[in-house]
Amino acid sequence: MAKAKIALYWCASCGGCEEAIVDLAEKILDVVDKADIVFWPVALDFKKSDVENYPDKYIDVCFINGAIRFSEHEEMAKLLRRKSKMVIAFGSCSHLGGIPGLANLWNKETIFRYVYHEAPTVVNKEGIEPQEKVKEDGMELELPSFWNTVRALDQVIEVDYYIPGCAPTPKIIEDAINAIFTGQLPEKGSVLASQQALCAECPLNETKPEKITLTEIKRVHQIILDHEKCYLTQGVLCLGPVTRGGCDSLCIKGGMPCTGCFGPLDQTIDQGARAASFITSIIEYEDEELIEKVVNDIVDPIGWFYRYSLPKSILKRRNMEVKKK
Amino acid sequence: MSEFQPKIVVFACNWCSYAGIDLAGSSRLEYPPNLSVVRVMCSSRVSIEMILKALERGADGVLVTGCHPGDCHYITGNYNTLRRYHLLRKMLEDLGLNGRVRLEWISASEGERFAQVAKEFVEEIKKLGPLIIREEVV
Repeated sequence: MAKAKIALYWCASCGGCEEAIVDLAEKILDVVDKADIVFWPVALDFKKSDVENYPDKYIDVCFINGAIRFSEHEEMAKLLRRKSKMVIAFGSCSHLGGIPGLANLWNKETIFRYVYHEAPTVVNKEGIEPQEKVKEDGMELELPSFWNTVRALDQVIEVDYYIPGCAPTPKIIEDAINAIFTGQLPEKGSVLASQQALCAECPLNETKPEKITLTEIKRVHQIILDHEKCYLTQGVLCLGPVTRGGCDSLCIKGGMPCTGCFGPLDQTIDQGARAASFITSIIEYEDEELIEKVVNDIVDPIGWFYRYSLPKSILKRRNMEVKKK
Repeated sequence: MSEFQPKIVVFACNWCSYAGIDLAGSSRLEYPPNLSVVRVMCSSRVSIEMILKALERGADGVLVTGCHPGDCHYITGNYNTLRRYHLLRKMLEDLGLNGRVRLEWISASEGERFAQVAKEFVEEIKKLGPLIIREEVV
Protein backbone atom coordinates (compact mmCIF):
# COMPACT_ATOMS: atom_id res chain seq x y z
CA MET A 1 0.00 0.00 0.00
CA ALA A 2 1.21 3.48 -0.80
CA LYS A 3 2.25 5.55 2.14
CA ALA A 4 -0.22 8.12 3.37
CA LYS A 5 0.69 11.73 2.74
CA ILE A 6 0.45 14.17 5.58
CA ALA A 7 0.96 17.92 5.78
CA LEU A 8 1.41 20.23 8.76
CA TYR A 9 0.92 23.95 8.75
CA TRP A 10 0.81 26.78 11.27
CA CYS A 11 -1.26 29.94 11.23
CA ALA A 12 -1.39 32.41 14.15
CA SER A 13 0.28 30.24 16.75
CA CYS A 14 3.17 30.32 19.18
CA GLY A 15 4.93 27.24 17.83
CA GLY A 16 3.97 25.17 20.86
CA CYS A 17 1.85 22.86 18.72
CA GLU A 18 4.82 22.17 16.45
CA GLU A 19 6.81 21.51 19.59
CA ALA A 20 4.13 19.06 20.69
CA ILE A 21 4.70 17.07 17.50
CA VAL A 22 8.45 17.06 18.06
CA ASP A 23 7.68 15.93 21.63
CA LEU A 24 6.37 12.67 20.23
CA ALA A 25 10.11 11.86 20.20
CA GLU A 26 10.88 8.45 18.71
CA LYS A 27 7.17 7.83 18.06
CA ILE A 28 7.44 10.35 15.24
CA LEU A 29 9.50 7.65 13.48
CA ASP A 30 6.48 5.34 13.57
CA VAL A 31 4.53 8.10 11.87
CA VAL A 32 7.22 8.55 9.23
CA ASP A 33 7.07 4.78 8.73
CA LYS A 34 3.42 4.95 7.81
CA ALA A 35 3.33 8.32 6.12
CA ASP A 36 5.28 10.76 4.01
CA ILE A 37 5.34 14.33 5.17
CA VAL A 38 4.70 16.43 2.08
CA PHE A 39 4.54 19.90 3.65
CA TRP A 40 5.83 21.15 7.01
CA PRO A 41 7.28 24.67 6.82
CA VAL A 42 8.64 24.58 10.37
CA ALA A 43 10.87 21.58 9.87
CA LEU A 44 11.15 20.74 6.18
CA ASP A 45 11.98 22.80 3.15
CA PHE A 46 8.75 22.85 1.20
CA LYS A 47 7.34 25.95 -0.42
CA LYS A 48 3.82 27.15 -1.02
CA SER A 49 4.38 26.53 -4.75
CA ASP A 50 4.99 22.84 -3.98
CA VAL A 51 1.53 22.61 -2.44
CA GLU A 52 0.03 24.54 -5.36
CA ASN A 53 1.54 22.00 -7.73
CA TYR A 54 0.02 19.01 -5.94
CA PRO A 55 -3.20 17.73 -7.51
CA ASP A 56 -6.40 18.38 -5.54
CA LYS A 57 -7.02 15.94 -2.66
CA TYR A 58 -3.39 14.82 -2.93
CA ILE A 59 -2.71 15.13 0.80
CA ASP A 60 -4.43 12.48 2.93
CA VAL A 61 -4.35 14.25 6.28
CA CYS A 62 -3.52 17.89 6.92
CA PHE A 63 -2.93 19.17 10.46
CA ILE A 64 -3.36 22.92 10.82
CA ASN A 65 -2.57 24.69 14.06
CA GLY A 66 -3.02 28.36 14.93
CA ALA A 67 -5.85 30.83 14.60
CA ILE A 68 -6.75 32.83 11.50
CA ARG A 69 -5.35 36.32 12.03
CA PHE A 70 -3.95 37.45 8.66
CA SER A 71 -5.23 37.18 5.10
CA GLU A 72 -2.29 34.82 4.51
CA HIS A 73 -3.65 32.33 7.04
CA GLU A 74 -7.00 32.17 5.30
CA GLU A 75 -5.36 31.81 1.90
CA MET A 76 -3.15 28.94 3.09
CA ALA A 77 -6.03 27.26 4.94
CA LYS A 78 -8.17 27.37 1.79
CA LEU A 79 -5.31 26.09 -0.36
CA LEU A 80 -4.61 23.20 2.02
CA ARG A 81 -8.32 22.39 2.24
CA ARG A 82 -8.45 22.04 -1.53
CA LYS A 83 -5.40 19.80 -1.60
CA SER A 84 -6.39 17.59 1.35
CA LYS A 85 -8.81 14.74 1.88
CA MET A 86 -8.99 15.39 5.62
CA VAL A 87 -8.23 18.55 7.59
CA ILE A 88 -7.63 18.39 11.32
CA ALA A 89 -7.65 21.49 13.50
CA PHE A 90 -4.70 20.95 15.78
CA GLY A 91 -4.56 22.69 19.14
CA SER A 92 -6.69 25.29 20.90
CA CYS A 93 -6.01 28.13 18.48
CA SER A 94 -7.34 26.42 15.39
CA HIS A 95 -10.03 24.61 17.41
CA LEU A 96 -11.42 27.65 19.30
CA GLY A 97 -9.30 30.69 18.46
CA GLY A 98 -7.04 30.22 21.44
CA ILE A 99 -4.94 32.85 23.16
CA PRO A 100 -4.60 34.95 19.96
CA GLY A 101 -8.41 35.07 20.01
CA LEU A 102 -8.31 37.30 23.07
CA ALA A 103 -7.22 40.03 20.66
CA ASN A 104 -10.90 40.12 19.73
CA LEU A 105 -11.29 42.41 22.74
CA TRP A 106 -9.66 44.98 20.47
CA ASN A 107 -9.56 45.56 16.73
CA LYS A 108 -6.91 46.41 14.15
CA GLU A 109 -7.02 50.11 14.85
CA THR A 110 -6.64 49.85 18.64
CA ILE A 111 -4.02 47.11 18.42
CA PHE A 112 -1.92 49.10 15.93
CA ARG A 113 -2.31 52.28 17.96
CA TYR A 114 -0.94 50.56 21.05
CA VAL A 115 1.72 48.38 19.48
CA TYR A 116 3.20 50.98 17.11
CA HIS A 117 2.56 54.20 19.04
CA GLU A 118 1.51 54.02 22.67
CA ALA A 119 3.38 51.06 24.16
CA PRO A 120 5.96 52.41 26.64
CA THR A 121 8.83 50.63 24.90
CA VAL A 122 8.06 52.04 21.46
CA VAL A 123 10.07 54.85 19.88
CA ASN A 124 8.31 55.77 16.65
CA LYS A 125 8.52 59.52 16.14
CA GLU A 126 7.57 59.34 12.47
CA GLY A 127 4.49 57.30 13.38
CA ILE A 128 5.32 54.52 10.92
CA GLU A 129 2.91 51.62 10.66
CA PRO A 130 3.33 48.47 8.57
CA GLN A 131 1.85 48.91 5.11
CA GLU A 132 0.38 46.15 3.03
CA LYS A 133 2.10 47.41 -0.11
CA VAL A 134 5.49 49.11 -0.28
CA LYS A 135 7.62 50.20 -3.24
CA GLU A 136 11.33 49.68 -2.70
CA ASP A 137 13.87 50.12 -5.54
CA GLY A 138 11.10 49.87 -8.09
CA MET A 139 9.93 46.55 -6.61
CA GLU A 140 6.52 46.25 -5.04
CA LEU A 141 6.53 44.30 -1.78
CA GLU A 142 3.44 42.93 -0.14
CA LEU A 143 2.51 42.01 3.41
CA PRO A 144 -0.60 40.07 4.38
CA SER A 145 -3.54 42.09 5.74
CA PHE A 146 -4.07 42.25 9.47
CA TRP A 147 -7.71 41.69 10.32
CA ASN A 148 -10.00 43.12 12.96
CA THR A 149 -11.20 39.75 14.17
CA VAL A 150 -9.37 36.52 14.90
CA ARG A 151 -11.21 33.38 13.81
CA ALA A 152 -10.94 29.69 14.49
CA LEU A 153 -10.07 27.40 11.58
CA ASP A 154 -13.62 26.09 11.11
CA GLN A 155 -14.89 29.65 10.68
CA VAL A 156 -12.85 29.78 7.47
CA ILE A 157 -12.80 26.25 6.03
CA GLU A 158 -14.53 22.94 6.65
CA VAL A 159 -12.76 20.97 9.36
CA ASP A 160 -13.07 17.19 9.69
CA TYR A 161 -11.74 16.63 13.21
CA TYR A 162 -10.34 18.58 16.13
CA ILE A 163 -7.40 17.77 18.35
CA PRO A 164 -7.76 20.11 21.33
CA GLY A 165 -5.21 21.40 23.81
CA CYS A 166 -2.70 24.14 24.37
CA ALA A 167 -0.66 22.31 23.33
CA PRO A 168 -2.20 18.88 22.58
CA THR A 169 -0.65 16.26 24.84
CA PRO A 170 1.53 13.52 23.30
CA LYS A 171 -1.08 10.96 24.36
CA ILE A 172 -4.00 12.52 22.52
CA ILE A 173 -1.87 13.15 19.42
CA GLU A 174 -0.84 9.51 19.47
CA ASP A 175 -4.41 8.31 19.96
CA ALA A 176 -5.58 10.55 17.13
CA ILE A 177 -2.86 9.34 14.75
CA ASN A 178 -3.65 5.72 15.62
CA ALA A 179 -7.34 6.34 15.03
CA ILE A 180 -6.58 7.90 11.64
CA PHE A 181 -4.29 5.11 10.46
CA THR A 182 -6.55 2.32 11.67
CA GLY A 183 -9.66 4.03 10.30
CA GLN A 184 -11.33 4.05 13.72
CA LEU A 185 -12.46 7.62 13.59
CA PRO A 186 -15.69 8.80 15.21
CA GLU A 187 -18.34 10.85 13.45
CA LYS A 188 -17.07 13.75 11.33
CA GLY A 189 -16.71 16.99 13.28
CA SER A 190 -15.78 15.23 16.54
CA VAL A 191 -13.22 16.46 18.99
CA LEU A 192 -10.68 13.67 19.43
CA ALA A 193 -10.52 13.65 23.23
CA SER A 194 -12.66 12.61 26.18
CA GLN A 195 -16.43 13.07 26.11
CA GLN A 196 -16.47 13.89 29.83
CA ALA A 197 -15.50 16.95 31.83
CA LEU A 198 -12.01 17.11 33.28
CA CYS A 199 -13.37 16.62 36.83
CA ALA A 200 -14.32 13.04 35.88
CA GLU A 201 -10.65 12.13 35.51
CA CYS A 202 -9.15 14.59 38.00
CA PRO A 203 -7.11 12.93 40.76
CA LEU A 204 -8.35 15.55 43.24
CA ASN A 205 -12.00 14.80 42.52
CA GLU A 206 -12.34 12.46 45.49
CA THR A 207 -11.42 15.31 47.85
CA LYS A 208 -14.33 17.38 46.56
CA PRO A 209 -17.08 17.82 49.16
CA GLU A 210 -20.75 17.28 48.33
CA LYS A 211 -21.28 21.00 47.84
CA ILE A 212 -18.58 23.60 47.22
CA THR A 213 -19.21 27.14 48.43
CA LEU A 214 -16.85 30.07 47.98
CA THR A 215 -16.62 33.17 50.14
CA GLU A 216 -13.72 34.63 48.20
CA ILE A 217 -11.91 33.92 44.97
CA LYS A 218 -8.14 33.96 44.90
CA ARG A 219 -5.63 33.97 42.11
CA VAL A 220 -2.87 31.40 42.29
CA HIS A 221 -0.24 33.90 43.41
CA GLN A 222 -2.37 34.94 46.38
CA ILE A 223 -2.48 31.52 48.02
CA ILE A 224 -0.22 28.60 48.83
CA LEU A 225 -2.17 25.79 47.21
CA ASP A 226 -2.68 22.45 48.90
CA HIS A 227 -1.98 20.05 46.03
CA GLU A 228 -3.91 17.22 47.65
CA LYS A 229 -7.21 19.08 47.72
CA CYS A 230 -9.66 20.15 44.98
CA TYR A 231 -8.51 23.63 43.92
CA LEU A 232 -12.04 24.99 43.69
CA THR A 233 -12.65 24.26 47.36
CA GLN A 234 -9.58 26.40 48.10
CA GLY A 235 -11.19 29.34 46.34
CA VAL A 236 -9.11 29.22 43.17
CA LEU A 237 -10.85 29.32 39.80
CA CYS A 238 -10.52 25.96 38.10
CA LEU A 239 -12.40 25.41 34.85
CA GLY A 240 -12.37 21.60 35.19
CA PRO A 241 -16.18 21.32 35.49
CA VAL A 242 -16.76 23.02 32.11
CA THR A 243 -13.75 21.74 30.20
CA ARG A 244 -13.35 18.62 28.14
CA GLY A 245 -11.10 16.01 29.70
CA GLY A 246 -8.54 13.81 28.01
CA CYS A 247 -5.42 15.72 29.02
CA ASP A 248 -4.63 13.35 31.91
CA SER A 249 -5.05 16.33 34.26
CA LEU A 250 -1.52 17.46 33.47
CA CYS A 251 -1.96 20.98 34.87
CA ILE A 252 -3.65 19.70 38.02
CA LYS A 253 -0.82 17.21 38.58
CA GLY A 254 1.61 20.03 37.94
CA GLY A 255 0.00 22.11 40.68
CA MET A 256 -2.08 24.52 38.61
CA PRO A 257 -5.85 24.77 38.20
CA CYS A 258 -7.43 24.09 34.80
CA THR A 259 -7.64 27.10 32.48
CA GLY A 260 -9.89 25.37 29.96
CA CYS A 261 -7.66 24.69 26.95
CA PHE A 262 -9.49 21.53 25.83
CA GLY A 263 -12.56 23.67 25.24
CA PRO A 264 -16.22 23.02 25.94
CA LEU A 265 -17.97 19.66 25.89
CA ASP A 266 -20.10 18.77 22.86
CA GLN A 267 -23.37 19.94 24.42
CA THR A 268 -22.01 23.37 25.44
CA ILE A 269 -22.26 26.27 23.01
CA ASP A 270 -20.31 28.85 24.97
CA GLN A 271 -17.60 27.72 27.36
CA GLY A 272 -17.09 31.11 28.99
CA ALA A 273 -20.78 31.67 29.67
CA ARG A 274 -21.04 28.19 31.13
CA ALA A 275 -17.97 28.78 33.29
CA ALA A 276 -19.37 32.07 34.59
CA SER A 277 -22.67 30.36 35.43
CA PHE A 278 -21.01 27.59 37.35
CA ILE A 279 -18.69 29.89 39.30
CA THR A 280 -21.57 32.11 40.40
CA SER A 281 -23.60 29.09 41.45
CA ILE A 282 -20.99 28.21 44.10
CA ILE A 283 -20.61 31.68 45.62
CA GLU A 284 -21.98 31.36 49.12
CA TYR A 285 -23.56 34.77 49.64
CA GLU A 286 -27.11 35.95 49.06
CA ASP A 287 -26.42 39.57 49.94
CA GLU A 288 -25.78 41.84 46.98
CA GLU A 289 -22.83 43.69 48.47
CA LEU A 290 -21.04 40.52 49.44
CA ILE A 291 -21.74 38.95 46.03
CA GLU A 292 -20.34 42.04 44.37
CA LYS A 293 -17.21 41.75 46.51
CA VAL A 294 -16.60 38.13 45.47
CA VAL A 295 -17.33 38.91 41.82
CA ASN A 296 -14.81 41.73 41.97
CA ASP A 297 -12.18 39.19 43.00
CA ILE A 298 -12.38 37.96 39.41
CA VAL A 299 -10.13 40.60 37.92
CA ASP A 300 -10.53 39.81 34.24
CA PRO A 301 -13.59 37.60 33.73
CA ILE A 302 -13.36 37.47 29.94
CA GLY A 303 -9.68 36.60 30.09
CA TRP A 304 -10.46 33.86 32.58
CA PHE A 305 -13.56 32.27 31.17
CA TYR A 306 -12.86 32.79 27.47
CA ARG A 307 -9.12 32.31 27.64
CA TYR A 308 -9.09 29.94 24.68
CA SER A 309 -12.54 30.29 23.19
CA LEU A 310 -13.52 33.92 22.56
CA PRO A 311 -13.72 33.65 18.72
CA LYS A 312 -15.98 30.58 19.05
CA SER A 313 -18.22 32.11 21.72
CA ILE A 314 -21.71 33.43 20.97
CA LEU A 315 -20.55 37.03 20.62
CA LYS A 316 -17.17 36.12 19.04
CA ARG A 317 -15.60 39.44 19.97
CA ARG A 318 -16.01 42.72 21.82
CA ASN A 319 -18.67 44.82 20.19
CA MET A 320 -16.84 47.90 18.93
CA GLU A 321 -17.11 50.22 16.02
CA VAL A 322 -14.63 49.88 13.18
CA LYS A 323 -13.57 53.22 11.76
CA LYS A 324 -13.42 53.09 8.00
CA LYS A 325 -10.59 55.05 6.48
CA MET B 1 -37.20 59.25 10.14
CA SER B 2 -39.35 57.60 12.79
CA GLU B 3 -37.98 57.11 16.28
CA PHE B 4 -35.90 54.02 17.01
CA GLN B 5 -38.10 51.30 18.53
CA PRO B 6 -35.95 48.80 20.42
CA LYS B 7 -36.68 45.09 20.58
CA ILE B 8 -36.47 43.88 24.13
CA VAL B 9 -36.66 40.29 25.34
CA VAL B 10 -38.12 39.79 28.80
CA PHE B 11 -37.52 36.54 30.62
CA ALA B 12 -40.19 36.16 33.27
CA CYS B 13 -40.41 33.52 35.95
CA ASN B 14 -43.58 31.48 35.95
CA TRP B 15 -44.47 32.00 39.60
CA CYS B 16 -44.11 35.74 40.28
CA SER B 17 -43.06 37.91 37.40
CA TYR B 18 -45.17 36.37 34.65
CA ALA B 19 -48.22 36.76 36.87
CA GLY B 20 -47.11 40.33 37.62
CA ILE B 21 -46.84 41.11 33.91
CA ASP B 22 -50.24 39.51 33.39
CA LEU B 23 -51.63 41.75 36.08
CA ALA B 24 -50.21 44.80 34.32
CA GLY B 25 -52.15 43.72 31.25
CA SER B 26 -55.43 42.86 32.99
CA SER B 27 -55.26 46.11 34.96
CA ARG B 28 -55.01 47.87 31.59
CA LEU B 29 -51.81 49.63 32.57
CA GLU B 30 -49.96 51.28 29.74
CA TYR B 31 -46.44 50.23 28.95
CA PRO B 32 -44.39 50.32 25.74
CA PRO B 33 -45.03 47.57 23.18
CA ASN B 34 -41.31 46.91 22.66
CA LEU B 35 -41.13 43.93 24.99
CA SER B 36 -41.52 40.27 24.07
CA VAL B 37 -42.08 38.15 27.12
CA VAL B 38 -40.65 34.64 27.37
CA ARG B 39 -41.98 32.60 30.27
CA VAL B 40 -39.51 30.36 32.07
CA MET B 41 -40.04 28.27 35.18
CA CYS B 42 -37.50 30.23 37.22
CA SER B 43 -35.29 33.26 36.60
CA SER B 44 -32.28 31.02 37.29
CA ARG B 45 -33.31 28.98 34.23
CA VAL B 46 -32.11 31.93 32.16
CA SER B 47 -28.53 30.98 31.45
CA ILE B 48 -25.90 33.46 30.35
CA GLU B 49 -25.95 31.70 26.97
CA MET B 50 -29.65 32.53 26.55
CA ILE B 51 -29.04 36.21 27.27
CA LEU B 52 -26.04 36.43 24.93
CA LYS B 53 -27.92 34.56 22.23
CA ALA B 54 -30.86 36.97 22.49
CA LEU B 55 -28.51 39.93 22.07
CA GLU B 56 -26.68 38.26 19.21
CA ARG B 57 -29.93 37.40 17.42
CA GLY B 58 -31.24 40.95 17.35
CA ALA B 59 -32.52 41.99 20.78
CA ASP B 60 -31.45 45.50 21.76
CA GLY B 61 -31.85 44.71 25.44
CA VAL B 62 -32.70 41.84 27.77
CA LEU B 63 -34.75 42.17 30.94
CA VAL B 64 -34.64 39.29 33.39
CA THR B 65 -37.36 39.26 36.00
CA GLY B 66 -37.86 36.98 38.99
CA CYS B 67 -39.41 36.68 42.42
CA HIS B 68 -38.18 38.94 45.20
CA PRO B 69 -35.31 37.50 47.29
CA GLY B 70 -36.75 35.05 49.77
CA ASP B 71 -39.89 34.46 47.68
CA CYS B 72 -38.50 32.02 45.09
CA HIS B 73 -40.79 29.08 44.40
CA TYR B 74 -37.67 26.92 44.33
CA ILE B 75 -36.31 28.61 47.47
CA THR B 76 -32.88 29.72 46.19
CA GLY B 77 -33.26 30.05 42.41
CA ASN B 78 -33.35 33.82 42.35
CA TYR B 79 -30.15 34.05 44.40
CA ASN B 80 -28.39 32.13 41.65
CA THR B 81 -29.82 34.64 39.17
CA LEU B 82 -28.59 37.54 41.30
CA ARG B 83 -25.03 36.17 41.53
CA ARG B 84 -24.95 35.36 37.85
CA TYR B 85 -26.24 38.82 36.96
CA HIS B 86 -23.44 40.55 38.89
CA LEU B 87 -20.75 38.63 37.03
CA LEU B 88 -22.52 38.92 33.68
CA ARG B 89 -22.75 42.70 34.06
CA LYS B 90 -18.99 42.84 34.53
CA MET B 91 -18.42 40.59 31.51
CA LEU B 92 -20.74 42.68 29.33
CA GLU B 93 -18.72 45.81 30.12
CA ASP B 94 -15.66 44.10 28.68
CA LEU B 95 -17.63 42.88 25.67
CA GLY B 96 -18.85 46.39 24.83
CA LEU B 97 -22.49 45.72 25.75
CA ASN B 98 -22.77 47.85 28.85
CA GLY B 99 -26.33 48.56 30.03
CA ARG B 100 -28.06 46.11 27.70
CA VAL B 101 -29.13 43.67 30.41
CA ARG B 102 -31.16 44.43 33.52
CA LEU B 103 -32.43 42.32 36.39
CA GLU B 104 -35.61 43.22 38.26
CA TRP B 105 -37.68 41.55 40.95
CA ILE B 106 -41.38 41.65 40.06
CA SER B 107 -43.87 39.90 42.33
CA ALA B 108 -47.27 38.62 41.20
CA SER B 109 -48.94 41.72 42.66
CA GLU B 110 -46.56 44.25 41.11
CA GLY B 111 -48.18 44.95 37.75
CA GLU B 112 -47.57 48.61 38.26
CA ARG B 113 -43.93 48.04 39.07
CA PHE B 114 -43.53 46.09 35.84
CA ALA B 115 -45.11 48.85 33.77
CA GLN B 116 -42.72 51.32 35.43
CA VAL B 117 -39.63 49.13 34.83
CA ALA B 118 -40.70 48.52 31.23
CA LYS B 119 -40.97 52.27 30.55
CA GLU B 120 -37.63 52.98 32.19
CA PHE B 121 -35.78 50.19 30.42
CA VAL B 122 -37.18 51.04 27.01
CA GLU B 123 -36.08 54.65 27.54
CA GLU B 124 -32.59 53.52 28.60
CA ILE B 125 -32.22 51.31 25.55
CA LYS B 126 -33.53 54.05 23.27
CA LYS B 127 -30.75 56.27 24.62
CA LEU B 128 -28.15 53.57 23.96
CA GLY B 129 -29.46 53.21 20.43
CA PRO B 130 -29.84 50.07 18.32
CA LEU B 131 -27.49 47.21 19.14
CA ILE B 132 -25.47 46.40 16.07
CA ILE B 133 -23.44 43.26 16.61
CA ARG B 134 -20.15 43.86 14.86
CA GLU B 135 -18.23 40.92 13.57
CA GLU B 136 -16.26 42.71 10.90
CA VAL B 137 -13.28 40.59 10.01
CA VAL B 138 -11.63 42.82 7.47
